[in-house]
Amino acid sequence: MSRQWPSGIAGREDHKGRNVAKLLEVENLQTHFVTPAGLVKAVDGISYEVGEGETVAVVGESGCGKSVGALSILRLIPSPPGRIVGGSVRFAGRDLLTLGEEEIRRVRGREIGMIFQDPMTSLNPVLTIGLQLTETLRQHLPVSQEAAEQRAVELLGMVGISDPRRRLRQYPHHLSGGMRQRVMIALALSCHPKLIIADEPTTALDVTIQAQILELMKDLTRRLGVALILITHNLGVVARYADRVNVMYAGRIVESGTARHIYHNPSHPYTLALLHSVPRMDQPRKARLDPVEGQPPDLMRLGAGCAFCPRCGFAAARCREAAPVLEPVAGGHLSACWEKARLAETRQVAS
Amino acid sequence: MTAADAMAPDIPLAAARIPRSDVLVSVRGLKKYFPVTEGALIPRTVAYVKAVDGVSFDIRRGETLGLVGESGCGKTTTGRCILQLERPTEGEILFDGVSLTNLGRKSLSGLRRRIQVIFQDPYSSLNPRMKVGEIIGEPIRVHNIEPDRRAQERRVHELLDVCGLPKKFADRYPHEMSGGQRQRVGIARALSLRPEFIVCDEAISALDVSIQAQIINLLEELREQFKLTYLFIAHDLSVVRHLCHRVAVMYLGRVVEVADCDELYGNPLHPYTRALLEAVPVADPAVEERRQHRTLKGEVPSPMNPPAGCVFHPRCPLAVEGCSKAVPSLREMRVGHWVACTQV
Repeated sequence: MSRQWPSGIAGREDHKGRNVAKLLEVENLQTHFVTPAGLVKAVDGISYEVGEGETVAVVGESGCGKSVGALSILRLIPSPPGRIVGGSVRFAGRDLLTLGEEEIRRVRGREIGMIFQDPMTSLNPVLTIGLQLTETLRQHLPVSQEAAEQRAVELLGMVGISDPRRRLRQYPHHLSGGMRQRVMIALALSCHPKLIIADEPTTALDVTIQAQILELMKDLTRRLGVALILITHNLGVVARYADRVNVMYAGRIVESGTARHIYHNPSHPYTLALLHSVPRMDQPRKARLDPVEGQPPDLMRLGAGCAFCPRCGFAAARCREAAPVLEPVAGGHLSACWEKARLAETRQVAS
Repeated sequence: MTAADAMAPDIPLAAARIPRSDVLVSVRGLKKYFPVTEGALIPRTVAYVKAVDGVSFDIRRGETLGLVGESGCGKTTTGRCILQLERPTEGEILFDGVSLTNLGRKSLSGLRRRIQVIFQDPYSSLNPRMKVGEIIGEPIRVHNIEPDRRAQERRVHELLDVCGLPKKFADRYPHEMSGGQRQRVGIARALSLRPEFIVCDEAISALDVSIQAQIINLLEELREQFKLTYLFIAHDLSVVRHLCHRVAVMYLGRVVEVADCDELYGNPLHPYTRALLEAVPVADPAVEERRQHRTLKGEVPSPMNPPAGCVFHPRCPLAVEGCSKAVPSLREMRVGHWVACTQV
């Protein structure tokens, strides 16, 4: 099904070649932390887009800046020590980084919802589920208490919580981890947002519950046309749920493209190494895994060159001298690697 | 106690047909109930959390047995009982034919040298005030293995080297190291007493994806080099498939399926095992698009009040009326493939 957008709205093609209006444009975003030990460039100039209704995954390991990058969109970085030092975040025609405090508060929770990793710490333990839902609704929408309660019951039903009326009177500790995450999803969806940012939403959950929650999120975001930024370190979750993928390493996006492209034609040595290092259940067992050698980078001691260079099998002289920028490889796919041509050759020979 | 409960310790075992001498660790009818108390001054027990409720399995010499299941299924408690960090409520643990449950402190201490553990969190399981060399050397001193200080130091350096760390790390503190390096220290400490058997309790779960493979390879190399036997407790099913020879699946305090690794993953029989395997996403969008994503309904019930009969029956797609009545015992469906389900 092809969608038509009114002229004047900048569009681009999504992973299935359909024209999709841009919802979010992050450009050269930089978030730094000033610590006693030195300056940490947690996010060091990332740019990407999210189309309406699209699921974009941000993958990377701890400390790569994936969470900080997403929290910066809503300016949820504690300051000090954090500071957004540059870039722009255009959402529905405005730059979120230049909005006033009052205005950004109206965006948070209303136009952009958030789901965090640990629902126990993101829900208020001393308020009932019902109060937390109706408070959010009444904060953002002009509704009466009765209407808000009615909507809260609907929302809990929608996320698959049985007996929603009774649940409204319960506290977060009455619920299991999976149920709490369902409440978080209900909260995130409560004010009809256009975008939800989910930061490791299932990392704290068991695998069968993870599957339930992810299916629910996929189903609801598709049905309601909500775009999703899914931050995760789990390559399987990305493969199952994402339309497009940004791979991050040491504060930068090193590769960006559709999920299929990233998995089948990885164009950055880090992505390639990462995909090779995980054991896969659908393939014969290997005698030994091929790990990514070396240690994760220390963000305070990054040199001028590519941050992945010390662990990279393709590293050449210029990789140590200057950091590569994201450049097109093929079909809207981007990679930040000086040796991407050699990588592509090797991959072709290998296959 | 029901008749089925009484039978639990006599569950025929997957390893029954192999000679006794090949079995290093034998768990027989293990139960561990934690009392739930009420009242601050005079606590009285109002209920029990049945963390482990009649578990039996054998671990053969030189193999890696995977123990998988979701949080709260009792896999860690089982491991802690084997390590004698918990006193079992009922049942027996045999190590090399000797029952650990009735041993005195002294003889237990001798056996402890042969049984070691690697913990999940390399951040909290290393003393932050001790240097790496002291951490690795402590068990050697406690058990008085190398009386000579020089020899102790040599042994520490040797262990660092075996675990892929440079000698200079002996003078560092844990906070100066990355997660992967700390886990290598934890492994070196476990190896310091030249054990035969190591319980790896979620030993790689806290590590980054790119580091996990390094530690998995290290564990495998060490097993071959030192002829170790592992109990590998984990929830990551793809890692367990890669590393283990046999796998036992636990649900709510019971073992529901035991089989050789390839058999279990290729031909899972218990409905819980099937659901568990289906829930694991594969890192390939094309494969994922073809797969059916049926999710298991409901959540794990409380181990304080587990369902009657088969503990899985409220969530089971195959459940029939009888499932809520009798506890199914493990049956051998194929050679070495044991399942506790009446409907398969």
